[in-house]
Amino acid sequence: MFTHSVARLGAFIRINITGVGHASRMFVAIVQRSGGLLKRPRLISDQIFFLGNYSFVIIAVSGLFVGFVLGLQGYYTLNRYGSEQALGLLVALSLTRELGPVVTALLFAGRAGTSLTAEIGLMKAGEQLTAMEMMAVDPIARVLAPRFWAGIITMPMLAAIFSAVGVIGGYLVGVPLIGVDSGAFWSQMQGGVDVLQDVGNGVIKSIVFGIAVTFIALYQGFESKATPEGVSLATTRTVVVSSLTVLALDFLLTAVMFST
Amino acid sequence: MQSNPSTVIAHLDNVTFSYGSNERTILSGLHISFEKGKLTAVMGGSGSGKTTVLRLLGGLYPANSGTVIFEGQDMGQLDHQGLIEARKKMGMLFQFGALFTDMSVFDNVAFPLREHTQLDEAMIADLVMLKLNAVGLRNARDLMPSQISGGMARRVAFARAVALDPPLMMYDEPFAGLDPISLGVTARLIREMTDALGMTGVLVTHDVPETFAIADYVYFIANGAVVAKGTPESLKASTDPFVRQFMDAAPDGPVPFHYPGASLKDDFGLGRMV
Repeated sequence: MFTHSVARLGAFIRINITGVGHASRMFVAIVQRSGGLLKRPRLISDQIFFLGNYSFVIIAVSGLFVGFVLGLQGYYTLNRYGSEQALGLLVALSLTRELGPVVTALLFAGRAGTSLTAEIGLMKAGEQLTAMEMMAVDPIARVLAPRFWAGIITMPMLAAIFSAVGVIGGYLVGVPLIGVDSGAFWSQMQGGVDVLQDVGNGVIKSIVFGIAVTFIALYQGFESKATPEGVSLATTRTVVVSSLTVLALDFLLTAVMFST
Repeated sequence: MQSNPSTVIAHLDNVTFSYGSNERTILSGLHISFEKGKLTAVMGGSGSGKTTVLRLLGGLYPANSGTVIFEGQDMGQLDHQGLIEARKKMGMLFQFGALFTDMSVFDNVAFPLREHTQLDEAMIADLVMLKLNAVGLRNARDLMPSQISGGMARRVAFARAVALDPPLMMYDEPFAGLDPISLGVTARLIREMTDALGMTGVLVTHDVPETFAIADYVYFIANGAVVAKGTPESLKASTDPFVRQFMDAAPDGPVPFHYPGASLKDDFGLGRMV
């Protein structure tokens, strides 16, 4: 009984280490085989258009509502200390440093990430990837690499849209609805937000999240079993693994950024 | 026929293969060779390893032991770039076409040309139209794969596979699930393309009449090895029990009707009956 448990633990660890090694090799392969994209940037821009369109509406609407809530909750807290004039600063900092990149990455995983996984998984199930290989075209270079880079480029843009719409949401709740002074709302924001420290850190976060979420989505699709169950399992796994990865990475990045 | 090594474009020597260490052995000690410019059929029942032969020839999987030689190169020893170069000389028609579902018929056929040549779009358009014309689908060029029938998809895939005029063309179950008209069209296309383009054809199938009508040479495989081979004429006259069972579509014979396991007596407890 005891040896059985130890054996199972060993097998579990071995399978997971093998999985990490396999994923790392694929990550390196995608990066290494991206050179050809310099000659064909159209492959990336098509995917940016595709992924951006997929996620734009959900990102903008979510940003607006998160902005509304930030306006209300921020006012509730700041009002206790008589500093409701700083509402604009609070909304902007919360969005650019934290909520913009994180919520965008979570929504991106649910919307674009799942569609990437399903698309790649179904291409595999329909033997399209094998057909491509047999046509002497490397699926990693032709299918995965453009989507990978497109995800990395799209994520900061979507995060910027989320934050911008969120600020507007915060403004709409704070100024016309609650009555915070409009000049104070904007001037405090302008004076208090540091482009490099606050916006820059947010951009770095969203690039890292872009790498993580897009890679996880592609990896899950590429490694999925070529059956309906396999593809559906891979799609679910994309959401679970990338959401947890984004939250863990967010903590690590925030800790590193605070210490500097 | 398969005797002169200088005319052989590809051959499998003593090949053993399974899809994983715990999986059943698909091929064991298989010897097959394919002669240049001929249409060679590999026949056998479902699960006999026919498609695996094509996958090994294409270098999609390495053999567990033995060698897979294509144009003098050992496919198992080639690196990533070497495999890409070898595959440029091969075309493969997949069982269900494997068309790219996000591209039109035209773009599917243009795909290998755009990937592997520096031709301008006007030239590519001409070549694609020629290939589509050859399979009778010139006017279906703007349709998406979801808008065409299974037989048409197979023909588009055929046009795509021969877009670069490969010396070796592989057909994976090209007759499966086709109506009689599409079936006849596909069989005629395979024979005509082989002759017109001087290609070598490897035809993996279990359809006896169509294959015997167009193939130059036939291998029968069962249990991972060749059990009979010869020209269609010689096989028609064969008295080999496996060939006879396959050709006469007999339910029982060397290939048993029942999946191997416990006997009927054991399962129903008939032995214990008084």
